[in-house]
Amino acid sequence: MTRCAYPLMFEKSKPGRRAYDLPALDVPAQKNLLPQALRSAANPNLPELSEVDVVRHFVGLSRRNYGVDNGFYPLGSCTMKYNPKIDEEVGVLFAQLHPLADADCIGGAVDLMLHLQEALCEVSGFDAFTLQPAAGAHGEYTGLTLIKAYHDHRGDTARNVIIVPDAAHGTNPASAALAGFKIREILSAPDGGVDLDALRAAMGPDVAGFMLTNPNTLGLFDKNIAQITQIVHDGGGLCYYDGANFNAIMGVVRPGDMGFDVMHINLHKTFSTPHGGGGPGSGPVGCTKALIPFLPTPQVVREGEHGRLDYDRPLSVGKVKAFFGNFSIIARAYAYILSLGGEGLKEASENAVLNANYIFHHLKGTYGIAHDRICMHECILTPGELEEYGVHTSDIAKALIDFGYHPPTIYFPLIVHEAMMIEPCESESRETLDAFITAMKEIAALAKADPERMHKMPLTTPVGRPDEVAAARNPIVKYEWQ
Amino acid sequence: MKSYVPNTVHERQEMLQSIGLKTMDDLYADVPQTMKLSAPLQLPAGKSEQEVRRIFQSLLKNTCVSMPIFRGAGAYNHYIPSVVPQLASRNELYTAYTPYQTEMSQGMLQAIFEYQSLICELTGMDAANASVYDGAHACSETMVAMKFAKRKDKVLYSAALHPDYIATLKTYARFLRIELVEVPLLGDGRTDIGQIAALGADAAGMLAASPNFYGVLEDMAGLSEAVHGFGGLFGAVVNPLSLGAVKRPSEYGADFALGDAQPLGMPLNFGGPYLGFVTTHTKLVRNLSGRIVGQTTDDEGNRVYCLTLSAREQHIRREKASSNICSNQCLCVLMSSIYMATMGPAGMAEVAEQNLQKAHYLAQAIAALPNAKLRYADTPFFNEFVVDTGKNAAAVNEGLKQRGIMGGLPLSRFDATDTKGMLWCATEMNTREEMDAAVAALKEVLA
Amino acid sequence: MVPKDRKYTNNDEWILEENGQFKIGITDYAQTALGDIVFVDLPGIGDTFTAGQDFAVVESVKAAAEIYTQVSGKVVAVNEALDADPALLNQDAYNTFLAVLEGALDGEVLTPEEYEAKIAE
Repeated sequence: MTRCAYPLMFEKSKPGRRAYDLPALDVPAQKNLLPQALRSAANPNLPELSEVDVVRHFVGLSRRNYGVDNGFYPLGSCTMKYNPKIDEEVGVLFAQLHPLADADCIGGAVDLMLHLQEALCEVSGFDAFTLQPAAGAHGEYTGLTLIKAYHDHRGDTARNVIIVPDAAHGTNPASAALAGFKIREILSAPDGGVDLDALRAAMGPDVAGFMLTNPNTLGLFDKNIAQITQIVHDGGGLCYYDGANFNAIMGVVRPGDMGFDVMHINLHKTFSTPHGGGGPGSGPVGCTKALIPFLPTPQVVREGEHGRLDYDRPLSVGKVKAFFGNFSIIARAYAYILSLGGEGLKEASENAVLNANYIFHHLKGTYGIAHDRICMHECILTPGELEEYGVHTSDIAKALIDFGYHPPTIYFPLIVHEAMMIEPCESESRETLDAFITAMKEIAALAKADPERMHKMPLTTPVGRPDEVAAARNPIVKYEWQ
Repeated sequence: MKSYVPNTVHERQEMLQSIGLKTMDDLYADVPQTMKLSAPLQLPAGKSEQEVRRIFQSLLKNTCVSMPIFRGAGAYNHYIPSVVPQLASRNELYTAYTPYQTEMSQGMLQAIFEYQSLICELTGMDAANASVYDGAHACSETMVAMKFAKRKDKVLYSAALHPDYIATLKTYARFLRIELVEVPLLGDGRTDIGQIAALGADAAGMLAASPNFYGVLEDMAGLSEAVHGFGGLFGAVVNPLSLGAVKRPSEYGADFALGDAQPLGMPLNFGGPYLGFVTTHTKLVRNLSGRIVGQTTDDEGNRVYCLTLSAREQHIRREKASSNICSNQCLCVLMSSIYMATMGPAGMAEVAEQNLQKAHYLAQAIAALPNAKLRYADTPFFNEFVVDTGKNAAAVNEGLKQRGIMGGLPLSRFDATDTKGMLWCATEMNTREEMDAAVAALKEVLA
Repeated sequence: MVPKDRKYTNNDEWILEENGQFKIGITDYAQTALGDIVFVDLPGIGDTFTAGQDFAVVESVKAAAEIYTQVSGKVVAVNEALDADPALLNQDAYNTFLAVLEGALDGEVLTPEEYEAKIAE
């Protein structure tokens, strides 16, 4: 591919071009409705384009991008599964519904939220859910405020520490800090699991809770989970389940049954809503009975056959965003659950785990590994002996691009040197996995034969490796008209 | 039942065998047996596409989505050009993850860079982040940014911010132990600038909206001056659609311009997803939260875009980060970009002007009714205004609904003591005919 | 070889006493580990810190390091040249200070020999 920059829409602007049209003003035009002091000096300096210009521009941009509809996207911990098209069509049916429409005008939407909440309770083993948080990190934040409010309400106000394993996603400590907690980090056991002695040592009367991902960020299920939640509970703390890896266990085991008190689910991962290049997501939070009084306002509650928005919640943490959450994302996830049913969800998880183990098994002789165990929905590989040839994880990732694949998550988790985290998802066929395995083996061979070539990859993309240092030293974050 | 697993049962069995396992259950050997579910999930059996569609249609029937809307209050009914949903659903963009792999994500990275540029042109500011969840979240993130930038734990806000924004601010402030101080309103619906100097001692800054929740255009220049007077940062919460007519935040020295860009191409969607935007000037760019796209060059000197200034963010700073945001509202960024590109400078000016004209036409017609009056008759407004009638607003609202009209929002919805006020809104979507019918209906209800 | 005229910390900072004041910077080992430095967040003049507190942040593209003071006292000067050119730290870490503090050196410090032994590990 010939490398080239793509013109910005500003550079395509021609004076007088227009793509918009509006009906003629059908009321008598009045002058001076705005006092001069409040009126802007000039129109905003936006580009002037025709409709065809706009269409060609964005289609052109799309051709310089890659989504899961293009092909395999094994980005670990991101659960890039196929996004069903029926979900898109029904997800937008409520586009015209105003969030402040009267109570008797929104029944169907509230019922939909109720039904989704109840389904999520069943899949996770919790007693209630709020759908208000807009993303995973937002869910973490919301769940942590529940924990603080719970302790405070009992008069146990000195509990201001959250324990976080060093293998955790960065959002965990960041969310805890935003919720006003101090963070106590514990080192993980070599397999990425919780070091029970370290956890016991970290417990104390100041501990409000413990955040954990299980399967952990190494893609392994922590066998000690019952003891872990017991240790935290014995010390008076609550257990927070980070649902980032929930896609591994639906229908098999439930966080509520593991002893967790609160969790968030990423609907944009496990329940297959499209990620849109970075969002919108949706991060519903589930909890046990003891935490229900503290859930955000309003809460959708069941009243006979229907749902009702409950605003009378004196102990609630309040609101975490306007209105009720990312509703059209919530609707898509509900369609997904309706389509699959309980059996289908279990089938999805089992096949996600099978696909990850298939890749792991067929590549572990070629690449380095952290642990030779059955993994869950994702597996970790490392360059292994390829490092002797000067080839690193980033080189392997860039080479994969030339083979037509989106690379896995790289350099995470931090506790594995040069990690590549591969999450294939259930929606990939055996041929796709086989082709990926073959590509990975060819890359390993290339790394030994011609490491220099590897350093120059990718060669098939519209642009080469960016100078990120220059970008950060002298930030250019908007277009300047010439 | 629908399944998105392509492999047949036979293929799955072969795959299991190839890795030395017999059954799916063998994959879960690490899960303690006693903890495993002993029965299938108690969920209805999976459904076909047609059945799913029917369930959604029957839910939709139990909503009112076909009445003319005269309600805003943080969620606005505007026209969305056809190109917006069509282009935003391009699979390559729609089904992509966050653009971590620069070379494979130039399309989305450039789209975000263009969005940052467009929203900066609209607000007059120098830098924008790649979005936060919504307007309420934009307020919270800006409050925290002010705290970090000024190293002070007190922030002021105008009593005329959207009630949901205030409620969200209070949640974030409570847990982060920020002292939030409300600046009250004057009788004309505007924030009492006179109180700011006294309330602002030791504060990091202040957030105020224009148009504010009651539709009133504030004296933002006066507010900005008063906030700078106590050494604080001024966060201007604005409706971006109004900026085709109303003064831009840069014109009155705002330090942050923020809000919800839902009016720029996003449907009502029962409250989300919307688009929180935060912009600032160059000096404070590192106080923005979340992702930012920057321009640089590749190894051959081509212009490229990449995520930049990442060392502020949670995945690197962990508990020292000033925000925990990771996923944002990127697809909404794309939609607003397509909207702004389609409207251009003239379109943004014209749509703002039509909102202004129609809202004033409607306000004047309502005010001419015998027992209705504008609460803030002498204060300029954009596309929303408060009407007081002699009757209970909830009852008036019911009467209008019976006549097929979704009237202004009864303010009792947010303040139980405000039983008479209704917050009306008119946009380019409301025809004269529709407005005349609404006024006639209101006349009947009030009679 | 690390300069012998100053003290070091376990967190890879150097502390140079001059005229009763303390210049603080990061070591060559630290700048190498961080890679290309893109931004330095300096404290304000007049800010006060106690030994063991972080008072500045040094950022590379994919990492950020908190810089700690072992001096309790007040910031009397910062190296403003770093605002325009943070790469100075990569070019000459030992001649590029971050800030000058006035006060007492009461935190834990290492001799040049001890620090050399530490980074040789």
